[in-house]
Amino acid sequence: MRNKLATIFFGLLTVSVPLFAHHGAAAYDTTKKITLKATVTEWFWANPHCFLKFDAKDDKGNVVHWAVEASNPADMVNLGWSKQTFKPGDEVTVTFEPVKNGQPIGRIEQVVLASGQVLKGRVQF
Amino acid sequence: MSRLCFMMAIALISSLMVTSPASAQTAPAAQTGAAENPKPAPAPRHDISGIWDPGNNGIQPLGPRAMPEDGKPEHQLPYTPLGLETLNAHKPSNGVRSVLPGETNDPVVYCDPQGFPREDLYELRTTQILQTPLNVYVLYEFGKIWRVIWTDGRDLPKDPEPRWFGYSVGKWVDDYTFVVQTSGTDERTWIDRAGRPHSADLRVEERFHRVDHDTLELTLTIDDPKMYTKPWVALDKLRFKLKPPNFDVREMMCSPSEFAEYNKVIGKPASGQGTQ
Repeated sequence: MRNKLATIFFGLLTVSVPLFAHHGAAAYDTTKKITLKATVTEWFWANPHCFLKFDAKDDKGNVVHWAVEASNPADMVNLGWSKQTFKPGDEVTVTFEPVKNGQPIGRIEQVVLASGQVLKGRVQF
Repeated sequence: MSRLCFMMAIALISSLMVTSPASAQTAPAAQTGAAENPKPAPAPRHDISGIWDPGNNGIQPLGPRAMPEDGKPEHQLPYTPLGLETLNAHKPSNGVRSVLPGETNDPVVYCDPQGFPREDLYELRTTQILQTPLNVYVLYEFGKIWRVIWTDGRDLPKDPEPRWFGYSVGKWVDDYTFVVQTSGTDERTWIDRAGRPHSADLRVEERFHRVDHDTLELTLTIDDPKMYTKPWVALDKLRFKLKPPNFDVREMMCSPSEFAEYNKVIGKPASGQGTQ
């Protein structure tokens, strides 16, 4: 029974592994995830990639201006996002992969809105 | 035993939460398409018209679905020396040879037309097919591009002026299979997102096979002796599902000004070329 359960479990894990490769990943440190409480400054709804600009404080309390990219509008609509998802001043929690070179840039994993709604940011295929 | 079950349950729930975007993405298609019909009606004769959705299988960021550039030996293409040299001059932003976003020379990133066959092999989204007595039109979501496939019996031009989307002629080879030949494409275009090259001698065969009323399959073969020592199959029965006739296809355009803003804010700084 124990072995059967383990087989089912790992089988399900195998089929649920997401494939992320739509965007070029060369610039990003895919081993890192950063989560920040953020204040939205701009939501850029455009091709080839939408991106979210926000302010967040670093460890020393300094405000850092971040920009994190998402997919194109067609994909984002399928994921439940829209051009109206954000407006400047919105308080959100952003999780993203940072770039390797230390710039305040990343690509979105997910955003939690003030309402508690969770928006996933990656297309899977 | 109970501890094992508990840990599995927690991990499984976490796993399902991580994969929820896939559900979110496929749900609208399932609701609006005919995919849930357990017994689709038979395919109509000589008819591939309709609004067809390949789902996420059409995005193909690593190259064609049947031959991605993923480093696997079975996906190594039979390049000629010129093919390999041309490939290495192409700097894609996806695949095993990917460069930083600010360093790519992918023409599509800069909003050049994808051209053909790349329109089938990258960002292939919801696709509408129309038929008239003289030709078949293929309307693509990416770039709002259309192709004309002549069915009036004409031959392909002998020495054509190159076009981004080439020249296409098609014919029915049986009641449910429509075969298209294309030549005269512009060699500035890449075959795919991974930077596979082609020459002006490229010939492409598309084989559209309507499996049943709700299902279409596309097989696409590349033949370019200057770049490849033998023909290769880029799409092997890529499957499309029929959408309702009132489905409103979204637009997906490359805008130079939007790209410039993206590159200023994301692409260049991410590549170590300046700051935001």
